[in-house]
Amino acid sequence: MASIPDPSSEPFRLGQLIYDRRYRSMTIQVFAFIMIMAFLWQLGWNTVQNLSALGKDFNFGFLGSRAGYDINQRLIEYSNDSTHGRAAIIGILNTLLVAFLGCILATIIGVIAGVLRLSKNWIVARLMTVYVEGFRNVPLLLWILVIFAVMTEATPQPRDFREGGDASMMLFDSIAITNRGIFIPSPIWGEGSTLLVAVFVASLVAIWAFRRYARKKQEATGQILPVFWVSLTLFFVPSVIFYFILGGPVTLRLPELGGFNFTGGLQVRNSLIALWFALSLYTGAFIAEIVRSGILAVSRGQTEAAYALGLRPNRTMNLVILPQALRVIIPPLISQYLNLTKNSSLAIAVGYMDVRSTLGGITINQTGRELEGMLLLGVFYLVTSLIISGVMNLYNNAVKLKER
Amino acid sequence: MKKSVVLATLAVAGMAAGMSQASTLDEVKARGSLNCGVTTGLTGFAEPNASGVWEGFDVAVCRAVAAAVFGDPMAVEFVPTTGQTRFTALASGEVDMLARNTTWTFSRDVDLKFEFVGVNYYDGQGFMVPASLGVSSALELDGATVCIQTGTTTELNLADFFASNNMSYEPVPIETNAEAQQQYLANACDVYTTDASGLAATRATFEDPSAHVVLPEIVSKEPLGPLVRHGDHEWGDIVRWSLNALIAAEEMGITSANVAELAAAPGNNPEINRILGTEGDLGAMLGLEANWAVNVISAGGNYGEIFDRNIGESTPIGLARGLNAQWTDGGLLYSPPFR
Repeated sequence: MASIPDPSSEPFRLGQLIYDRRYRSMTIQVFAFIMIMAFLWQLGWNTVQNLSALGKDFNFGFLGSRAGYDINQRLIEYSNDSTHGRAAIIGILNTLLVAFLGCILATIIGVIAGVLRLSKNWIVARLMTVYVEGFRNVPLLLWILVIFAVMTEATPQPRDFREGGDASMMLFDSIAITNRGIFIPSPIWGEGSTLLVAVFVASLVAIWAFRRYARKKQEATGQILPVFWVSLTLFFVPSVIFYFILGGPVTLRLPELGGFNFTGGLQVRNSLIALWFALSLYTGAFIAEIVRSGILAVSRGQTEAAYALGLRPNRTMNLVILPQALRVIIPPLISQYLNLTKNSSLAIAVGYMDVRSTLGGITINQTGRELEGMLLLGVFYLVTSLIISGVMNLYNNAVKLKER
Repeated sequence: MKKSVVLATLAVAGMAAGMSQASTLDEVKARGSLNCGVTTGLTGFAEPNASGVWEGFDVAVCRAVAAAVFGDPMAVEFVPTTGQTRFTALASGEVDMLARNTTWTFSRDVDLKFEFVGVNYYDGQGFMVPASLGVSSALELDGATVCIQTGTTTELNLADFFASNNMSYEPVPIETNAEAQQQYLANACDVYTTDASGLAATRATFEDPSAHVVLPEIVSKEPLGPLVRHGDHEWGDIVRWSLNALIAAEEMGITSANVAELAAAPGNNPEINRILGTEGDLGAMLGLEANWAVNVISAGGNYGEIFDRNIGESTPIGLARGLNAQWTDGGLLYSPPFR
């Protein structure tokens, strides 16, 4: 009786770790893991050693000490007596502001340019090609600087708005475009303005409810309600009526020339405008290509089928093409939003006080806490990016193909 | 297998290099040149000339140190730094010293762990406005838009000055002097503020300097000087005494013209002899050649010569000696004795 030797009873030899295929991949992974850990440990250990050699400790106490510097664009209260921590928050808010504005404008520009690039009109399509290729092939920093330079050099200075100067304000003396920014009227919230805001919010809710009702009705009976006109009326009419009933609780404060500058009103600084436009135009060029690829990804047969059913081109686009295109568009769009947010850290080039300029610039410089500051910056951008992609993924789940 | 051995060797070598703490002087000597951090360009203080050679008042300090170490004032690699990058560059060892009109303050010296080796220019913060604005005092600047270099002491002084005078202002933060100049000339700000010497240097490059006035108020003390990292005292001594040699040379009347003659043989002034190495062994104490100070002084002349050539009254910048005169002339320059 021939016995078959049992393979597991064979004694284990060290060489098997390399030459036996059963163990080899495990060996390589363990080895790589050990090397990576050793590298990270070495990095951390070296940092600690070098810091202690320089006599520096590692603590975040500096965030509680007085900042001592001023910041021009403040969304919340801040003075040079505030702490470095508060200066960082001012910077964070400024970063979020420009990222939010940038994402919205970039989406609008991108969608328009992407659709127009597919236009049958030769000139329009070529113009959009020039825009897309021009913006996405030149570094963002240059665009920021170019727009900033145009804003500063080509616009009049506040002094020119005095009598005898050659500049004048626009729209019934309410808007002044200067080389320090655009001054626009600011609202003054008088008595009863809370009620007005409440009415406005209520009309927004009403619009949402009406749209829901209209869709339900269409699904049930096939009858189409005039959604657009009703929404438009709901948006304006109640607020306007209440504005006059309450006797005009909200008034506008116009910018006026006083001393060196315009006072009153709201100043939209050149640095914000330059950064916002450059980020939007640059990212918009990428979004345009994403939108174009999304639309092209929907097969021509879908359009033809819709036409065959008697749908008009507008409805075909809204009901057939776009919902399918969105499934292709959303995932790469998320990474464009993340890019835009992170690219906003170029703000220092035009002196926009974002978090990189306050916490990562002046605070680090005044306190000498490079490591701590950069770590905080990294954590901030990481968290922001994760939140943005989390929210966008929720939206993506809502529009993606539902398989039942 | 062989590859991994090579990699492992490299890794070990890298770790060893990270751990070793060679002295700055040895590193500089091994490298064959001095890495000196300067501004990104400020006329008269540090700027490349038409043929790309760095020149200026701060540059002369770097050249003096290079001359002390190598006997060759040209053995310097200049590293342009902004107000924001300078301290990181020095702390990380990217540069061996900074000569970049940097203000000596308590927190920089103590908290940032740097060593200011002396003062090569006593300055104060001033304001420059276009003459057409009709402003004659900094106290009339309420509501003005002010261009300011970020990451500097002037940023903090500015906040203090306006707060203590109950005035408001709009800061326009800017990274380099060149950008500030462009913004100021485009009238994107009403006022440019920085050290008074920097204002004079900047104004000198304007098309029409007379259209701009520097206001009389000096709102701060700004002792500007070269600095090195904390901890390497031998290197700090070399930079400190190179600077002192420049200052003492002017006091003793040693110039680039007569230094060779004075160093040829011991004269009858023992301090000059000690400086120039014809008596005593001060050079050896520093770990340098006996004629180190001769090299320092022949590199660009004494302090007075450097001042006159780069920023003095005969130059477009036209700064008077003022506080920066020798103590014997009523100024603040006072080198400790060489003995």
